[in-house]
Amino acid sequence: MSALSVFYTILFYLAATIFVVGLAYRIIGYAKTPAPLKIPTTPAPTTKTGVVFRLFTEVALFNSLFKATKWTWVFGWMFHLSLLLAFFRHLRYVLSPDSVFWPFINNWLVLFAGQYGGFLMLIGLAGLFGRRIFVDRVRYISAPSDYLMLILIFTIAATGMLMSFVEHTDIVQLKAFVLGLFTFSPQDLPDDLLLQTHLALVAALMIIFPVSKLLHAPGIFFSPTRNQVDNPREHRHIVEWAAKLEADRK
Amino acid sequence: MADFEVPEITKEYTSVPAVKEGTMAHSLPFISKLEFNEPLGYPGELVDNWKEVVISKLKELSGKYRSLKVFLDSCIKCGACTDKCHYFLGTQDPKNMPVARQDLLRQVYRYYHTFTGRLFAKLGIPGFVGARELTKEVIDEWFVYFHQCSQCRRCSVYCPIGIDTAEISMAAREILDQIGVGHKYCNQIIEKAGRLGNNLGLPKPALADTLEGLEEEIEDDTGVAVKMPLDVKGADILLVTPSADFFAEPHVDGLMGYAKVFHEAGISWTMSSYAAEAGNFGMFIGSYENMRNLSLRIREAAIELGVKRIVFGECGHAWRVAYSFLNTLAGPFDFLDPNYPVPQHICEFTYDMIQKGELKFDKSQNDHMTLTFHDSCNVARASRMGDQPGGQFKIPRAVIQAACNNFVDMPSDTIGEATFCCGGGGGLLTDELMEVRVKGALPRATALKSVTENHGVTHMAAICAICKSQFTKVLPYYGFTMDQIVSVHQLVGDAIVLSDAPKDDEEPDETDAA
Repeated sequence: MSALSVFYTILFYLAATIFVVGLAYRIIGYAKTPAPLKIPTTPAPTTKTGVVFRLFTEVALFNSLFKATKWTWVFGWMFHLSLLLAFFRHLRYVLSPDSVFWPFINNWLVLFAGQYGGFLMLIGLAGLFGRRIFVDRVRYISAPSDYLMLILIFTIAATGMLMSFVEHTDIVQLKAFVLGLFTFSPQDLPDDLLLQTHLALVAALMIIFPVSKLLHAPGIFFSPTRNQVDNPREHRHIVEWAAKLEADRK
Repeated sequence: MADFEVPEITKEYTSVPAVKEGTMAHSLPFISKLEFNEPLGYPGELVDNWKEVVISKLKELSGKYRSLKVFLDSCIKCGACTDKCHYFLGTQDPKNMPVARQDLLRQVYRYYHTFTGRLFAKLGIPGFVGARELTKEVIDEWFVYFHQCSQCRRCSVYCPIGIDTAEISMAAREILDQIGVGHKYCNQIIEKAGRLGNNLGLPKPALADTLEGLEEEIEDDTGVAVKMPLDVKGADILLVTPSADFFAEPHVDGLMGYAKVFHEAGISWTMSSYAAEAGNFGMFIGSYENMRNLSLRIREAAIELGVKRIVFGECGHAWRVAYSFLNTLAGPFDFLDPNYPVPQHICEFTYDMIQKGELKFDKSQNDHMTLTFHDSCNVARASRMGDQPGGQFKIPRAVIQAACNNFVDMPSDTIGEATFCCGGGGGLLTDELMEVRVKGALPRATALKSVTENHGVTHMAAICAICKSQFTKVLPYYGFTMDQIVSVHQLVGDAIVLSDAPKDDEEPDETDAA
C-alpha cells in the first residue's frame, strides 16, 4: 500500500470518528438541555402530527426562508436538494451490488439526477456566494469562515463534477478503497489528484461539521420555535430546574 | 419637535434601506440603581469581576435554555432576517439587523465556549470564525443594542432555523442585570409590581377611587349602573388587566368596554388590588424568577378571591406570559372551572358572548370611523386565541366587525404573523429611548398611511397597552393625531346596547348580534 493510501485511510477513520462522535455529542447536548418555556412561533400546530408536518415543510421546502427572501430560498434550496441527489448517487461507491438497496440507487433516475444535480449545486453555491458579496446587509454579517465554507463545498462539487464529466477516475479501485475502509481491510486509493483533492476536502468538511455552523442541520430539529406544540393552556409544561423553584409555593 | 431626524414615509412600506453603520450607537438607556436591582436579586452597580460573571452566566444559561444553546450554534448567516426588523428598517444601523444583534452575544459565546472560537483565539484571529474577546466595549454595545430590540419575534418567522432574537436579547439582558448593568425602566417597574401589585405603583385606595370615577362616568353616559368591582370575593371571573387601563387614553375606554361586556353578559367579575397588573416585565429582562414571582400574585389572588375563571385585558406581552407561560409559572389551575381555558383573553370572552347572541350592538355608533387593526407582536407570534391556530388574528377582527361597519386591513405583509411592532415593546417604552421608538415605528406608520390614503382609514385599533401608549406618542411624528389610536373594547363599549338602559333612549336603528 502506498504511503498516500495509508494517509487517506487514517484521515477517513479520523474524520468519520470526529463527525460521528462530535455530532452525537452535540445532539445529546441539545436533547438534554431543557426548554423551560413554550415558545413556538405562532400560529403554530396544536398537535404533534402538526409539528411533524411543520418541521417537514421547514426541512424539505425551507418554508420560512421562502417567506423571507426568494433569492436566498432559490439558491439555498437548489444547493441542499443537489446535496441530497449527490448523496444518493454516491451510495453506489459504498453499497455492495448484493445489497437490498442496490436497485433503488442503481437506476437511471438516481444516476442522472445525481450527476446533473451537480450543476444545481454549483449555481446554488455561486448564488449564495454572490449574495454574501453584493448585498450590503449580508456582507456585513459575513465572517471569513462564511465565505470559506462556500468555497470548500464549491470545490468539492467542482472536483466531483470534473471526475464525472471530464476525467474519470478508477471507480473500481475507488470502490475497493471505500469498502476496505468499512471492512477494516485497507486498500489502495487510485493515484488521481482530482480524487485525492475531492476526498481530502470531504474529510475536512466532516471534521468541521460538529464545530461549525453546519450544526444548523441537527439544530433545526431542536429549535423550540419550530418543534413545540402550541398547547400551553391544555398541558402544563414544566422542566426539572423550574419545578425545583416550586418548593416554596403555597 | 425632535432632536433627531424623523424618517420620511416613502410609498413602499417594505423598501429596504442601505446599511449605515453606527447611526444608533448613541442611544443610551438609563442604567438601573441599587434600590430597584436589589429586590430583583441583582447587584446595584457594575461588579468588579464582571468578566468572569458574564462568561459563566453565558455558559449557565445555555445549559438552562435549549433555545439559547441551539440558536447560538445554528445561525448560518444566510441574511433572511436582515431586512425584517422594524428598528433596522427605521434606523439603517446594521447592528439592528437581527443576526447582527445576536452576533453581539454569539461572538463572545464562540470565543469562550466553543472549540472553534477558542482555537482561532489562540491563533490570534478570532474574527476569522466570528469570535470576539469580551471587553467593556462589548458590554456597552450589549447595553445599547439589546435595548433596541422589542423582542417582537418578527425575525423568528423568517429564520429557516427558527432562531428567535428575542431569546438572545432576553439572555443578554439577564446577563447584564447579573453584573449590575440593568435597564432602569424595566427594573423599576418590576420592583413596583412586586411590591404593590401593579406597574404604576397604585395603592388600593387610589385604585378603588379610580374605578368609582369610571362607574360614574358610565352611568352619566348611559344611565346604567355598570359596576367596576374590586376585590370582590366569590365573583366568577378575575379580570387581570394592564394598569395603564386605569388611567391612560385610549386604554381606559377599553376598560369601560370590558365592564359593559361583563355587565351585559350577566356574569359576576372582579379585579384584584393584589394582582392589578397583567403586564409582566420579568419577561423583558429574561428573568424566569422575576417573571414567576409576578405571575404567582395572579394565582394567589385567584385563590384568595375564590374565582372560577381568569380573564386578561388587552395587553400584548401580558397575553404572551398569560397564554404561553402562566400555566408553567403559576399552574396548575385545577382549582378553576375546567370548562374554560385558563386564562382567557377578553377578546375570546367577548367573541364567545357574541357567538352566543348575548351581546347586541348599535354599529352606527362607530360610523364616524373607518378602522384598521394593528396585530400586536406578542399576540400574533407568541400566543393564540380560540382553539384554532391563527385565532389571534380572526377573533379580534371579528369583535371589531361586530361593533363597527367600516373596517379595512393594512397591507398583508404588515399584519398577521408578519405584523410590525409598534416600536415601543420589549421594555423600550421610556422617554430616553424616544429616538429608537420613533424610528422603529416607521414601518407601521407607513402601512397605516397607505390605508388612510387609499381606503379612508381614520383610526387604528389595538389590543395592547404598550402599543396604545407608544402610538399615541410617536404617530404624531408622522403626521397622525394621537386620538387616531383606539382600544378594541372601546369600540365594543361604544356600540354595545345595554339592555337595562332607560327606555326613553332612541331605538337603535341597526342592531347586529353577529
